[in-house]
Amino acid sequence: MLGKLDWSAIPFDQPIPLVAGGVVLVGILAVLGWVVVKGHLPYLWHEWITSVDHKRIGVMYILLASVMLLRGGSDAIMMRIQQAVSYQSQGYLPPEHYNQIFSAHGTIMIFFVAMPFVIGLMNLVVPLQLGVRDVAFPTLNSVGFWLTATGALLVNVSLVVGEFARTGWLAFPPLSGLTYSPGVGVDYYAWSLQISGVGTLVAGINLVTTVLKLRTRGMNYLRMPMFCWTTLASNLLIVAAFPILTATLAMLLLDRYLGFHFFTNEAGGNVMMFMNLIWAWGHPEVYILVLPAFGIYSEVVSTFSGKPLFGYRSMVLATMAICVISFMVWLHHFFTMGAGPDVNAIFGIASMIIAVPTGVKIYNWLFTMYGGRIRFATPMLWSVGFMVTFIIGGLTGVLVAVPPADFMLHNSMFLVAHFHNVIIGGVLFGAFAGFEYWFPKAFGFRLDERWGKAAFWFTFTGFWITFMPLYIVGMLGMTRRMQHYDVAAWRPWMFVAAIGMAVLTIGVVCQVMQLVVSIRNREALRDRTGDPWDGRSLEWATSSPPPVFNFAFYPDVRGEDAYWEMKAKAKQQQFEHAEPEYQDIEMPRNSPTGFVCAFFATIMGFALIWHIWWMVIVGVIGAWATFVVFAWRDHDEYVIPAAEVARIDRANLEERRHLVSLAGTV
Amino acid sequence: MSDLSQHGVHEHDLAPGEEEQHSVSTRIIGYVVGLVLALLLTATSFFIAGTNLVWQPSIPIAIIVLAIAQMGVHLVFFLHITTGPDNTNNVLALAFGLLIVFLVVGGSVWIMSHLNENMPSMDQIMRMQ
Amino acid sequence: MAITATAGHAHADPHHIGLVVEHLGPAPKRIVTAYGFWVFLLSDIVMFSCFFAAYAVLVGQTADGPKGSEIFEQRNVAIETVCLLLSSFTCGMASIAADVRNRLWFYLGMAVTCVLGLAFLSIEFREFADLVSRGYGPSRSAFLTAFFSLVGCHGLHVSAGVLWLLTMMAQVFAKGFRADILRRMMCFALFWHALDIIWVAVFSVVYLLGGAP
Repeated sequence: MLGKLDWSAIPFDQPIPLVAGGVVLVGILAVLGWVVVKGHLPYLWHEWITSVDHKRIGVMYILLASVMLLRGGSDAIMMRIQQAVSYQSQGYLPPEHYNQIFSAHGTIMIFFVAMPFVIGLMNLVVPLQLGVRDVAFPTLNSVGFWLTATGALLVNVSLVVGEFARTGWLAFPPLSGLTYSPGVGVDYYAWSLQISGVGTLVAGINLVTTVLKLRTRGMNYLRMPMFCWTTLASNLLIVAAFPILTATLAMLLLDRYLGFHFFTNEAGGNVMMFMNLIWAWGHPEVYILVLPAFGIYSEVVSTFSGKPLFGYRSMVLATMAICVISFMVWLHHFFTMGAGPDVNAIFGIASMIIAVPTGVKIYNWLFTMYGGRIRFATPMLWSVGFMVTFIIGGLTGVLVAVPPADFMLHNSMFLVAHFHNVIIGGVLFGAFAGFEYWFPKAFGFRLDERWGKAAFWFTFTGFWITFMPLYIVGMLGMTRRMQHYDVAAWRPWMFVAAIGMAVLTIGVVCQVMQLVVSIRNREALRDRTGDPWDGRSLEWATSSPPPVFNFAFYPDVRGEDAYWEMKAKAKQQQFEHAEPEYQDIEMPRNSPTGFVCAFFATIMGFALIWHIWWMVIVGVIGAWATFVVFAWRDHDEYVIPAAEVARIDRANLEERRHLVSLAGTV
Repeated sequence: MSDLSQHGVHEHDLAPGEEEQHSVSTRIIGYVVGLVLALLLTATSFFIAGTNLVWQPSIPIAIIVLAIAQMGVHLVFFLHITTGPDNTNNVLALAFGLLIVFLVVGGSVWIMSHLNENMPSMDQIMRMQ
Repeated sequence: MAITATAGHAHADPHHIGLVVEHLGPAPKRIVTAYGFWVFLLSDIVMFSCFFAAYAVLVGQTADGPKGSEIFEQRNVAIETVCLLLSSFTCGMASIAADVRNRLWFYLGMAVTCVLGLAFLSIEFREFADLVSRGYGPSRSAFLTAFFSLVGCHGLHVSAGVLWLLTMMAQVFAKGFRADILRRMMCFALFWHALDIIWVAVFSVVYLLGGAP
């Protein structure tokens, strides 16, 4: 009846996961209880859960990412403490638990923190920057988000029901095969990634189509803000790379569930094929994450320098070059697997070539700042911090792209330091910069600058203290994923790294404090103009938060930096006071399709993990039926009357007349 | 999306799979031509695979060429992909997809054949013993 | 004004050589929907390419089991191929019928497409069942693993297509040729034709090349 599921799945003998799971459960119940008691449930259901508004969905993505960041961060703290204390001892985490923690940490941080964070920002901002009212597929967008949430939920369920994978974040066979991982850990891993992978694919298709097919009048390709370009590149990569992950994990699951022989050692299976395929997805994946961050830096640096982006066209070219070349370097993740010198050399050279467009970008940002009126607000701090940090990460990356060097450094702590250097210094800093930069747009008030700056400085220094020692121990020969070690020379560095982790934690606390303080002081921090940073692109042309339809009129774009030019022109012409003729606007109706579909996906995923076959069928039929019901509805749009549009737009314009901008002062 | 599209200013863009404005009979003839060509190419493929009449080493290449030709026929006559400006985006997306397919399949085969050469699989080692 | 002027130029020069055309604004829904689905199809083809890659790598790993030439029946494959090709044609007829709002020909085209799809599936199912009963199931060898997954993946897609087709017919029956239903019909046709293209690759690579002695 319940497949493999019974009481032994709950780890009563292991206090740490049980307590952690209990705390999470109590937290969720408390929040739910509060929502129900306060009567917020209808609001939550109508305004958020069923919302197909790209801004709301973007916010929910970021919320999901933030919550999962705390979870993944706790894993990181546990690992740092373990390695600090486990010199010639077992530390406090038994190996099987430690292995689950590093696997969960990697999986969560990539799939459920970095991905939803950047996808959330893209959802929130890109339609606004393109000057349109919605994304291409609003309801599918909601489906995509909720499927991602399903994946995150399954990973967290594994904390208390069963176990998580002990195989590392990419679950290499044969370790992840049935012989060596007979438990449900790998199944939790694979199914949560399969389900959230579908969600990511949907988000990717939606955003590619949005950028290519939905742009306002005059928004030619070479007038799009840089963030739209990087969104396009990143989502093209999602569309092209995530199917590879889906196929690879499907093969692994076929091996595990039906006795196939893709990656087994028996019957001619080929373990190396897994490395090959998973990295054919895995390398584009890092660019999926970092390209949007590059876009954010471009926006931030240009805005806070008060200058157009230097070398816009070279930036576009660099972005698209990275988009293509990122598919030609995947072998550098397994130089040591034995492909031979010719293959290694070609992929090594390709890996070095891909550093060139990235270098172009760094110079472009520097030259954008050069001669500008730089304002060091929090988003700009994150961007400058990124440039300093990411260069080190990039250089060590070029270093490990040299096959002979990689033979020394492969799977060492040096590598761990390298990819944290680029992912924290590149993606996470970018996500934080975007968070600070666009928060006023999403909620109508700014974030507290003092706490924001404190968060930046603690995170920045904490990062360097944590990860520079890892480079050193890597050079000293320490391999990754060690539950304990016997080399005395590593020990002091592990201490330093643990101290760095403490500083990083203070940074996270500051981040949370910033949010709390800002929400409390929101009236004082209110942004009435819709343009708190003196921005350059169209998202600042509408109010903060934008009305559900974003723009009363499709803006007419005449060049790069569309909004900046509008402001400059308005200043010269002292604002035209002619009242435009407002028209009715049709917007898509909200729909519970995403939530219901994700509900059935959760049932299906859980049932597949525990081999509860009847429940799998219920889940599949439920998901299909949800879509049929959606397809059957007669009205998918509602009308916002012209009078309402006029009222909202007039209020926005009224506030905006008092705006003092740098634009037009030249 | 509505107030712009009503003016019918979008002649410059076609949806994937959509044809230029044609009469029904022209469209049907297009499908008929496509079907006939596809059947011919398929028949040739099956014939070549089993025949002794042609030089044997050329057979795999012939089959691949015929397959690619037939995919082209499908793209043109069933999916209505053209080189016109109204199809630019569709063709670019297709080209990107094909590039990735080529990289994944070609790269995998290339990498794995080198791996197998340098590090024979368990089976082969057993056989060597 | 400027927009109409440039659009006029664009028509004089259909390939836009040396001319910047002002973007005209968001595309209509029909184009947006079909383009999104087009992008999905490309991603689906990339997924298939992984199974093709796995097949190409594992095709020689028969683990002393049967080789392709010993188990493939060219005649069955030929019938399957003809089924799919004809179904692509009838699917095209159904789309034309939908465009001119002709219910009778639409139902007829879709029904024939469905029957041909089911015929294809039943032949494939018989082939699979026969192989398994002879002990040549997917767990027999890596070659058979790759074969069953690649061909099975295509078969799963066809099954999903048949389910979609029936839903589509029911929808036209209940709601008529509404704009959103016509958009879905366009996506369905794209899907069905794309499956045909993948089948061309399958029979060429798996059955004809893999069946060579």
